Amino acid sequence: MTDRGPLSRRDLLRLGVAGGTATLAACGWDGGRLIQPKLLTVSRLNDWVGEHLLFDPDRLAPTCPPDRRIGRMPSYFISRGGPPVWPQGDEWALTVGGLVRKPIRLTRPMLEKLPRVTYTVKHHCVEGWTAVATWTGVPVRAVTELVQPTADARYLRFDSFDSGFFNGWDLASAMHPQTMLAYGFNDRPITPDHGAPLRLYSPVKLGYKLTKYLTGMTFTQERPGGHWEDQGYPWFAGI
Amino acid sequence: MTNPSPEPVQLHLTPVRRHHWMVRATHWLSALLLPAMIASGLQIYSAFPHFGQKGNVSPVPNPFDSDRFGGMPEWARLGGWLGGGINWHFALAWPFVLTGLAYLIYLTVSGEWRALLFRPRDVPRAWAMQLYYLRVRREHPPQGKHNALQKAAYTSIVLLGALTVLTGFAIYKPVQLGWLTALFGGFELARYWHFLAVWVFVGFTAIHVILVFVVDPASLRAMFNGWYRGRFPSHD
Repeated sequence: MTDRGPLSRRDLLRLGVAGGTATLAACGWDGGRLIQPKLLTVSRLNDWVGEHLLFDPDRLAPTCPPDRRIGRMPSYFISRGGPPVWPQGDEWALTVGGLVRKPIRLTRPMLEKLPRVTYTVKHHCVEGWTAVATWTGVPVRAVTELVQPTADARYLRFDSFDSGFFNGWDLASAMHPQTMLAYGFNDRPITPDHGAPLRLYSPVKLGYKLTKYLTGMTFTQERPGGHWEDQGYPWFAGI
Repeated sequence: MTNPSPEPVQLHLTPVRRHHWMVRATHWLSALLLPAMIASGLQIYSAFPHFGQKGNVSPVPNPFDSDRFGGMPEWARLGGWLGGGINWHFALAWPFVLTGLAYLIYLTVSGEWRALLFRPRDVPRAWAMQLYYLRVRREHPPQGKHNALQKAAYTSIVLLGALTVLTGFAIYKPVQLGWLTALFGGFELARYWHFLAVWVFVGFTAIHVILVFVVDPASLRAMFNGWYRGRFPSHD
């Protein structure tokens, strides 16, 4: 205890360290080489908590009638110069393979003959906005039953023709009854704006997990990354 | 000691033990974590600086609703981009919540919550204190460790912290924790409450720091080393 007044030199030093840290932190700093890897480690911990503690594979996202659609689904893709379009004349097909007993190539007519689901749900974007839209397609679970994955299949990788955009999914979220390969959007065939001819859709994941312009679906043992996930977005992204 | 004034008098006051190390540690941890949580939160907010649906923005009061300057100024953000902000926010959320829980557990176990919880009987005391601050009343009302207005502030800031964490979970897992999201009026409103809480925190902190320096600078030192030697010793 000194008689110098209410603040000792040591107190001021401590205050300075705290203030300095806060100021440094406030300059758009992503953590740098020292801290960013640690932030990503915690992000993997959060993925684990999201996948194993908070995700209920049977919980359905609330649905509503199509006349309750609100907001606008924007058109997002990573290719430059407009939404990617599958070349005319080339037959498009979805290649389903990897750790499966019966790999298959599914054309649009084949997909449309498989079990069909339609629902109107709220879409959650990582940016913070929402929009309600109607999606029609075949449950990923139905396609999975066709190809019969082997016991060591733990993840699903979805590939696209949108400049190599891809996503990795945990099997439980992919097998969720509302996760589908969508070919219909708001009561119409899906357009290139929203991922034609086929896109992944699910109300239990953030939008960036929902690969558009699908070309392939591969069962893997190793965890696939993803276009945004590899740049730092959370991998699990279940909501 | 009815005369709360000149400096020399203070020096003869016996220092009193004021803050347990748990209180000091959780206080300064919060003081570091809260600005980082706010700055990373504002980085996330800047990705969609509105409330509501895409193309159908909710008409909630929000002076920071912006397309023009892209959300928050650079200096108020942490993370550099949306993904960076997310990683800071969801990493620091752990120590932030654990610090809050440690503080609450300490208050419960030590019984110190009695000196802090604002109860109905504190209403007239808070009024007396307000009159003193407005200089209507001359004498400082008798108080324990904290006066009734402090109790009101320290009780509501804990409630605000709880609201922040709960609305945070509501917008983190709006499907899995759908009941919680519904409790706050749905995803869009829960996100709005989460954002409003920021400005209450900012206002609280500003007033808190001003009062420390203007009214009772000795309390700052007490928050560092635990000992209080100043104008407002406990009347208990």
